[in-house]
Amino acid sequence: MTAFLQSTFNGLVSGAFYALLALGLAVIFGMLRVVNFAHGAFYMLGAFGAYVLLAEAGVPFWLALVVVPLALALLGMALERAFIHRLTRLDPLYNFLLTFGLTLILQDLVKLRYGVQSSPYEAPAGLRGSVDLGLFDFPTYRVFILGFAVAVCVGVWWALARTRVGMVARAATERPELTRALGINVGRWITPVFGFGTALAGLAGVLAAPMRAVNPLMGADLIIVVFAVVVIGGLGSIFGSVAAGFGIGMAQAWAEAYLSAFPIVAQTIVFIVMAAVLFWRPAGLFGRAEAPA
Amino acid sequence: MVMRRTVGVVAAATATALVVAGCGGGGPRSDGDEKVTGGAIVLGVLNDQSGAYSELSGRNSVTAVELAIADFRAKYGDRAVTMDIGVRSADHQNKPDLANSKAQEMYDRQGVDLILDVPTSSAALRVADVAKEKRKLYFNISAATTDLTGKNCNKYTFHYAYDTYMLANGTGRTTTEQVGRNWYILYPNYAFGQDMEKSFSAAIADADGRVVGKDGAPFPNTSGDYSSYLLKAATLDPKPDLLGTMQAGAELVNVVKQYNEFELRDKGVGLAVGLMFITDIHSLTPAALAGTTYTDAWYWNFDQQNREFADRFQQETGARPSFAHAANYSAATQYLEAVQAAGTDDADTIVAELEGKEVNDVFLRNGKIRAEDHRVIHDAYLAQVKPQSEVTEAWDYVRILDTIPAEEAFRAPSPDCTL
Repeated sequence: MTAFLQSTFNGLVSGAFYALLALGLAVIFGMLRVVNFAHGAFYMLGAFGAYVLLAEAGVPFWLALVVVPLALALLGMALERAFIHRLTRLDPLYNFLLTFGLTLILQDLVKLRYGVQSSPYEAPAGLRGSVDLGLFDFPTYRVFILGFAVAVCVGVWWALARTRVGMVARAATERPELTRALGINVGRWITPVFGFGTALAGLAGVLAAPMRAVNPLMGADLIIVVFAVVVIGGLGSIFGSVAAGFGIGMAQAWAEAYLSAFPIVAQTIVFIVMAAVLFWRPAGLFGRAEAPA
Repeated sequence: MVMRRTVGVVAAATATALVVAGCGGGGPRSDGDEKVTGGAIVLGVLNDQSGAYSELSGRNSVTAVELAIADFRAKYGDRAVTMDIGVRSADHQNKPDLANSKAQEMYDRQGVDLILDVPTSSAALRVADVAKEKRKLYFNISAATTDLTGKNCNKYTFHYAYDTYMLANGTGRTTTEQVGRNWYILYPNYAFGQDMEKSFSAAIADADGRVVGKDGAPFPNTSGDYSSYLLKAATLDPKPDLLGTMQAGAELVNVVKQYNEFELRDKGVGLAVGLMFITDIHSLTPAALAGTTYTDAWYWNFDQQNREFADRFQQETGARPSFAHAANYSAATQYLEAVQAAGTDDADTIVAELEGKEVNDVFLRNGKIRAEDHRVIHDAYLAQVKPQSEVTEAWDYVRILDTIPAEEAFRAPSPDCTL
């Protein structure tokens, strides 16, 4: 039982990263209909931002947790204004290719300056060591991540469900034409929402820095899984992406713990689930199949 | 409709991304030089210049080869068999198919006499096939598979720096004897990792140790999480004295970070690493790895001779050399010496010149180019990462615990190999 709870906890921690990243992707996709491949690169920039601030300016983790997402929101908004919005009227594939190109450029720029080796980053002093959770000890930093990620997801949900801005964003996400028809200027919200999505990716990056290898390619593998998570949850579904994120994290952890004789299962489970979901519920677990337009 | 179509696009995009991920930078490079060997010697460095292995070999291996050419010119001057010695390099992005086509291009169109380096075992084996087919020389430096001197060996292929047997034998046997008997082995589930796991298990058993558990982790491990395995390691019965991790590069960094997070060292589980380069320690910081043992093929601060080379290398590149860099320098030097001695760059003559040769240089100590399987044997070293308090100079992160004599460091020639 203890072992099961431990691996569930680990799954939730991995899932927290998936959820934060998927949430950003879902918000962006919902509002802009843009499949943002550069999301993984923003995650990487988040982790590098934390590293660079600490190494070059001595800025501690806690401050980085605020500063880096803000900086990435600005970067995201600038890129949206400069490039992405020019292609939103076209087939989604155009923006997919654009953001894929952006990813390669961002990765190579970081590579140019910092090389491909991982850069060192340690957890802040207060979050080292482990805490006693009753049945077992668990690294303090992981407990923090889990709590923090859940808080962020709940916060985003609250903002979307209970604030005026959120309601506009939600309406524009789910029925953009109808929202426009009601006299709401949807276009005004597009750039800030894109910035908000990249800020979430940056936030996940800062959180990852103390426990993952910080290198230019750290987002490249992860983003593929996150795409699958978004498809499983239902494209553009805020709740679906978060639920699928945590769910896939746990599924992977259980597969690693209980099917360790078949590592291929843990490696492919996310794609197996994606295939199954696409087969039975093409709109995703929480997505709504739209009536033919 | 729109929604469903977009789902399709995203799903297709995800699948495409799976295929193309990691392909960045370094597109095809061809300069159309069709010069055939004759009067000129061309050395080709084929390796990873943009990905995970580009720091431990990469562009700096090209620099190492250039240093070797400069030294050769300085040594022989007018007496040199030719002063027209050039270097070509290409990025194989760790992809076997690309390595195969780049190797063909080097031999056929760029007049390359010798291909050097080639990390990533699967790519290295493909290049060995090309060398055999074209009857041109190939010194593999950075790949680990023993198949290069086993079932895939051939007359034109030499394996220079290290292999999985050397790593397993050094770390597995010596650590079992000196640190603890019980092991838990964690390996990435692909050719290299499986090969390493087998070699380590055999070496541990030979030293009367015991593998109490072993697991293959997904490769590539997209979640970046190893906690399931690390937690398991601490609960096995009997408790392992050592966690042997066969992960490399960024995956090794993930394992070590999480090993520290779960405080396994405090729980009595030490850390032994299958394959580690000085560049890995530099990026993880010695503090994260203090006390870790591993087998090194060469260490830049081992003695005065190594240090002098490392100083020159650092002037050129800004970094201290990994063993792969030193081995590229040595391999290029030994090839040029053989050409000088034979007076020709004819591949068959050079093979005859090299086979059985005993060599001592900055990289090879008590080195010998074995005629039986073309394994280049030399002394190897059991290294341990220093505690932070003992690190007084950047890059000087390890102490050498033991020198493993050349004859013991490598396996006996394999019966699978017929040249």
